[in-house]
Amino acid sequence: MNTQKKYRLFFVLLLLALLVCLVINISLGSVSIPLKDTFYVILGNSVQNDSWNNIIWNYRIPKAFTAILVGSGLALSGLLMQTLFRNPLAGPFVLGISSGASLGAALLIMGSSLFSGMLSFTFVNDLSLAIAASVGSFLVLLVVMIVAVKIKDTMALLIIGLMFGSITTAIVSILSYFTNAEKLRQYIYWSFGSVGNLSWQQLLILLTIILAGVLLSIISIKPLNSLLLGENYARSLGVNLKRSRYIIILATGLLAGGITAFAGPIAFIGLAVPHLTRQIFNTTDHKVLVPAVLVYGAILMLICDTIAQLPASVNVLPINAITSIIGAPVVIWLLVRKKKMIF
Amino acid sequence: MSAIIGINGIGKSTLLRTIGKIQPKLSGSILLNSRDLKSYNALDLASLLSIVLTEPLVSKNLTVLELIALGRQPYTNWIGTLSDKDKVKIQEAITMVDLSDLQYKKCYELSDGQLQRVMIARALAQDTAIILLDEPTSHLDLHHKVQIFKLLKSIAHKTNKTILFTSHEIEMAIQLCDKILVLNKEVHDFGKPDELIQKSAFEKLFPIDTVSFDPSTGSFKIKK
Repeated sequence: MNTQKKYRLFFVLLLLALLVCLVINISLGSVSIPLKDTFYVILGNSVQNDSWNNIIWNYRIPKAFTAILVGSGLALSGLLMQTLFRNPLAGPFVLGISSGASLGAALLIMGSSLFSGMLSFTFVNDLSLAIAASVGSFLVLLVVMIVAVKIKDTMALLIIGLMFGSITTAIVSILSYFTNAEKLRQYIYWSFGSVGNLSWQQLLILLTIILAGVLLSIISIKPLNSLLLGENYARSLGVNLKRSRYIIILATGLLAGGITAFAGPIAFIGLAVPHLTRQIFNTTDHKVLVPAVLVYGAILMLICDTIAQLPASVNVLPINAITSIIGAPVVIWLLVRKKKMIF
Repeated sequence: MSAIIGINGIGKSTLLRTIGKIQPKLSGSILLNSRDLKSYNALDLASLLSIVLTEPLVSKNLTVLELIALGRQPYTNWIGTLSDKDKVKIQEAITMVDLSDLQYKKCYELSDGQLQRVMIARALAQDTAIILLDEPTSHLDLHHKVQIFKLLKSIAHKTNKTILFTSHEIEMAIQLCDKILVLNKEVHDFGKPDELIQKSAFEKLFPIDTVSFDPSTGSFKIKK
């Protein structure tokens, strides 16, 4: 059919755009490296300036790949949540996943001084932070899954997720109140989000988690499409609703939880990218939407990261602020222009 | 084609939704092809029984064709690729419900009557022996009510499917249905419309001080 050719063309263009964004992202940074030399290094040659090799291979390329994984994963988990909860306001964090991660991070950073006797490690580094955050998000996810067994109503599950979020946020505020300024600063710094600082090894772990999430999403494409009609229709079409719901929640947990653990709670991408994609592709078919949000999420995150690192300056802006500043006007503009939200 | 009729709150939709396994049964047992409904898993049931409900669609951004194609889900592979057979069935459903001109429209562009026909086409594409419909003609004007009734009747007779639906259109049901189930408080009569009229099953349906049934015309008269 004609539309299928159109989609294919769209995807080719999008992948090209992704490639361009990737190269731009890698070629810009606090140290200015000529574009020609950047290409040289990417293609495996070494340039005379040894530190350039080091910067590109051990700093910029991992950062760019992290941005791609973070953008794709968050966008996909947002799409899953919006369809599962039939709610355009849902994002990857509605189940309390990000609050759980924040709680984990907060307990590690700020709680260690309060309960120094109970916690054996007071040394806070990136890896222990990632572990604490993922433990936090998975504990919340586990509780949500247990509740999901008892509660059949998906809307109730959404509200329960939000309530868990409130509770954890409250605990974090109490911790912040009692902690010292240095620790508070460290926590706030984490909550800004960052796609830098990941080693190749950590990147590999993140990649595995994201791939698992993407695979679970791909096997859920059919149930997701039938959920567009409503839960009762989906069941009448032979969908094992309970199992599909578990798989979708688990996929979201892996994607959003894993990303938050390594990159902090990054706002907006998960909520906005599915909307952008629906507006541009003008479809709700998940066979198109799932790959499309992956690519869009990656592009948007790369652009945001390029801006956040403020080319040719040593300062790095918090990526969390940039995603919202760039993303929100785009969504507003699209909605105003089309005068109609596609969902 | 059979209709379930009765006053508001008597349990028409509850009965229909229980048969469709949308809600758990309150008591008793339901047999489908002399097998307990409970023993069917969702996928087996999906190839035997399709539904059209009153609840609104979650996404109206699907095209008519996409929505009808979703009816083929029980038969498609793990990612939902439509086979040639699926495409034939979809086109058959579109032709039977006369939606060829509308198939590339989005669902939000359709009127209520058109959307109801699309939902019926989706159930048809699912190719089940039984189609259940919950109040398929509510919100429609007289012309479109008759259109849906006639459509259902022609589907039932041409394709040999069982069509069971709930309705408040008793007079239309008497004229067009093959059988009617009348839910009253105590007795539940089931039979052909003229048999039911002879048994005066419709007289007890409403309190006599509001409306009365005229057996000769098969219609209700308002008490003045």
